[in-house]
Amino acid sequence: MDKERIIIVKDLVKRFGDFTANDHLNFEVYKGEIFGFLGANGAGKTTAMKILCGLSKPTSGEANIAGLDIYKDTHNIRKIIGYMSQRFSLYEDLTVYENIRFFAGIYGIRGKEFKKKVQKLIEKLNIQNVAHTLVGAIPLGWKQKLAFSIAMFHEPPIVFLDEPTSGVDPHTRRQFWEMIYQAAEEGVTVFVTTHYMDEAEYCDRVSIMDHGKIAALDTPAKLRETAGAVNMNDVFLKLVRPQKAEL
Amino acid sequence: MKQFIGFFRKEFIHIIRDFRSLMILLLMPVIMMLIFGYAINMDIKNAGIAIMDMSGDDMTREISDKILSSGYFELNEVISDQSRVEELFKEGKVKEVLVFEQDFARKYNSEGVAKVQILADASDPNNANMLVNYTNGIIANYLIQKQFSEFLPLQVQSRFRYNENLESVYMFVPGLIALLAMLISTMMTSISITREKENGTMEAILVSPLKPWQIVLGKVAPYAFIALSNLIVILLMGTFVFGVPYRGNLFLLLAVCILFILMALSLGILISTISSNQLMAMIISMVGLLLPTILLSGYIFPIENMPDWLQYISHIFPARYFITALKAVMLKGLGFLYIWKEILIIFGMMMLFLGVSIKKFKIRLA
Repeated sequence: MDKERIIIVKDLVKRFGDFTANDHLNFEVYKGEIFGFLGANGAGKTTAMKILCGLSKPTSGEANIAGLDIYKDTHNIRKIIGYMSQRFSLYEDLTVYENIRFFAGIYGIRGKEFKKKVQKLIEKLNIQNVAHTLVGAIPLGWKQKLAFSIAMFHEPPIVFLDEPTSGVDPHTRRQFWEMIYQAAEEGVTVFVTTHYMDEAEYCDRVSIMDHGKIAALDTPAKLRETAGAVNMNDVFLKLVRPQKAEL
Repeated sequence: MKQFIGFFRKEFIHIIRDFRSLMILLLMPVIMMLIFGYAINMDIKNAGIAIMDMSGDDMTREISDKILSSGYFELNEVISDQSRVEELFKEGKVKEVLVFEQDFARKYNSEGVAKVQILADASDPNNANMLVNYTNGIIANYLIQKQFSEFLPLQVQSRFRYNENLESVYMFVPGLIALLAMLISTMMTSISITREKENGTMEAILVSPLKPWQIVLGKVAPYAFIALSNLIVILLMGTFVFGVPYRGNLFLLLAVCILFILMALSLGILISTISSNQLMAMIISMVGLLLPTILLSGYIFPIENMPDWLQYISHIFPARYFITALKAVMLKGLGFLYIWKEILIIFGMMMLFLGVSIKKFKIRLA
């Protein structure tokens, strides 16, 4: 495969005391793909993502993002990544516009450049009438889109989404995935964790995590094929809980 | 620098949109200053008194006049029946009753001994104590004057240095600065940082290219600014409204205040690193810091009067050193050489809090 590797993880281990959250993870993410990190709650998805974002330090192992080492080049990595957590990370007592302005500001986007970009964003999201409404008062689906747009505001080549669709209705989830597709089409590498099995189908490649280990990693079609399953939910059950699947 | 403007703006919006924080920040210093300046007054003026004069001669009348003209007392009732004393105390109208025995002047002149009884309402012990002391003093004075007529062989002169009129507000200015620094710098900072942790916005800031020190400074700077403006409000109100003198070097005075505010901010950061939510941060700041600052710093209750173990405990609260230092500079006009120990202790505490915070922060990342 001649695809460019943008994230390389080797033997990544993270322990919290006796508990091993990430047990020797090995995987690669290619440029411009949507890479799904699938697993039950507590499987270690968020931990691995936090390490890649520099929010947490690994116990051992190596990881490399766009040629930058996560131990030494944390600062430079932060400039080229976007991050959206499952809690959306917005200030509820600030307006939509003020939220965008604050987060743009910490990435050094201000003045004319900011005005131009914020105008474009507001038009794109079609939120002209709520731009000056407090975030606490807008619907969850809008918050989610806003959080994603803010994570993408400084145009990072890689974006990490930590369970971005949890707690959102299926229709909104579908809309949100359209935004992800659009970003991927523009060449952004999307690293997304989820515990919704159906969402795995939307990813280019999926890695299934179980108890801190990667149980399988491939395209959704191949995963279904090898497991002999009709959908990702089946794949998950067969891989992660083989005993149960047989019942 | 531009990043800080963003933080400033954001933090101010938070404060303005939250009515409670706005009140704490803007009105607290002014209201507290007015309350402490006007309402809380430790001196006694015009306490109600009743006199039961069973003798009614020149001497008892002279003593009564002296007591009533002292300014400390106001005659509420002249009584003739002992049973009325209990009633008066119960009604709460009088705080003290003076009883002269029968034939007071005659006994004084012929037998050389005359008796006067002072009864005080000690449901407020401090007050009762002070009133009895005042009365004793006035009577003793009268006696000395009577015995030596014009010429007094022993003359006692007392002066209250640094606060001639015993104005309570002199004491409250340093205390109030300490209290508000704790409230704004420590409590508000720790709450605002924990709020970001709770809402997940801290993560979003942490993944940005901002360096940890920039994040901390960005969070802390707005509160430092507010604390400083409150400091200036208190100092100005102190001098223009209440006439508190600033006898020492104004630069040193400000430097001590700023150091204390910085220490309070580091404490706020420390509290935010150890507490997992806003409520916890608030409880630690309130119960753990605000109350001891009021009670154990010598702000209201003299440390010397506390039991030994409590005096030892009072050493761990930074406000104690700050109040000592500030009083020395403000009221006594002392220089750096007299307060370097206090300054060093506050500085040491600040470094300790910052050091532990950095360590905690690193552990959290790892």
